[in-house]
Amino acid sequence: MTDRREITLKINGTEYTINVEARRTLVDAIREECGQTGTHIGCEHGVCGACTVLVNGNPVRSCLMFAVQAEGQSIRTVEGLQQGEQLHPLQESFMKHHALQCGFCTPGFLMLAVGVLEKNPDLTDEELSDLLSSNLCRCTGYENIMKAVRAGADGMK
Amino acid sequence: MKPASFAYHAPKSVDEAVSLLDELAPQDGRILAGGQSLVATMAFRMARPSHLIDINGIEELAKLSADHGVVRIGACVRHCAFDSDALTGATGALLRKVVRNIAHLPIRTRGTFCGSVANADPASEWCCVMAALDGVAVLRSPRGTRRVPAAELYQGVMATSMAEDELLIAAELPMLADDTRTGFIEFSRRQGDFAIAMALVTYRLEGTVIVEPRVAIGGAETYPRRISESETVLQGRAPCEATFVAAAEAAAVAIDPMEDINNTARYRRNLVRDLTQKALELAA
Repeated sequence: MTDRREITLKINGTEYTINVEARRTLVDAIREECGQTGTHIGCEHGVCGACTVLVNGNPVRSCLMFAVQAEGQSIRTVEGLQQGEQLHPLQESFMKHHALQCGFCTPGFLMLAVGVLEKNPDLTDEELSDLLSSNLCRCTGYENIMKAVRAGADGMK
Repeated sequence: MKPASFAYHAPKSVDEAVSLLDELAPQDGRILAGGQSLVATMAFRMARPSHLIDINGIEELAKLSADHGVVRIGACVRHCAFDSDALTGATGALLRKVVRNIAHLPIRTRGTFCGSVANADPASEWCCVMAALDGVAVLRSPRGTRRVPAAELYQGVMATSMAEDELLIAAELPMLADDTRTGFIEFSRRQGDFAIAMALVTYRLEGTVIVEPRVAIGGAETYPRRISESETVLQGRAPCEATFVAAAEAAAVAIDPMEDINNTARYRRNLVRDLTQKALELAA
């Protein structure tokens, strides 16, 4: 039994009309059907946060949503952060503060932080630590990610 | 892994959803709300529903309201809705404290209150809230609407008295009196993990003594419930350390703790004692 359907996903303002099975997760559709491979897939069951994207401005795990559920909603991925040649302040901040080593988790951390900071740039250290605990990084030990997000928040104000 | 194939249905009304569930439940049709538990179990192929009935497009289920002393939480109200000033009073304040313990923010933006209630995980914070406040599950089926109090809803680990063709359309909680004191605390080894145990307490003061005490324990037993032995200790006594210690001891003795590879029954009992006392101190 295969339930396929044609849907249109709006990613970073661009519309992609694709044909997917109902079981296709949003992250698979973003990567495979829409070719936007900046969003990474880690655990595929909602634990690691590598696939975090913004749906209607809110950070979500795109492995725990089906692509068919995202039709008509505004999706933002890491590809949408850079404006022309200009990196997003948070991307600059991640570079400056060495907030990545292998970089696998970085797109998820960026989208998580952007989604929250756009609404509330004045997070306390405790709130920031609580927020960043939702994504896994196996390289940095989180300290530099904390520093980068804190500095990036100032750049976004 | 990837979820197995299923047929997708996106009803636009509660009636349509109920009729689809009636037709498809016998063929392993399931409701998809926030999907933060269901889709993960589908990825593991522990769940392989043949049909998913996605209720996210049903507008009336997204309503959160508070009037006539009742907070009514529609089936699609997300966890993050409670992390705001939308609900006032003691019940609103309690829900704001509790919600921050649920998983992580990107889970809270999708997961729903009612989804947690229907999933009936022993470590669900909302199930503990439902038990503590004697919440009511509003169930709709082709036979009509049935209202089930929390004490009759939970039957075991992820087991409820809901029939397979019943759709949980809303959960209802009482608006606690404004002077109600509330305390909630849970313990897990890492931030955002499933709690090994949690304690939720509420009470009011009449003069210098405790009245209307509620003590609920979650995570420790197969389902959350009020612990009357502990409430009896609190009733009519002053909110002092001796009272809290006695009430915490009563809770630790009364429970029948689950055991797993990391947590013995004795460990959970000790944890419940500590958490109950801390919750009472937080409420004081």
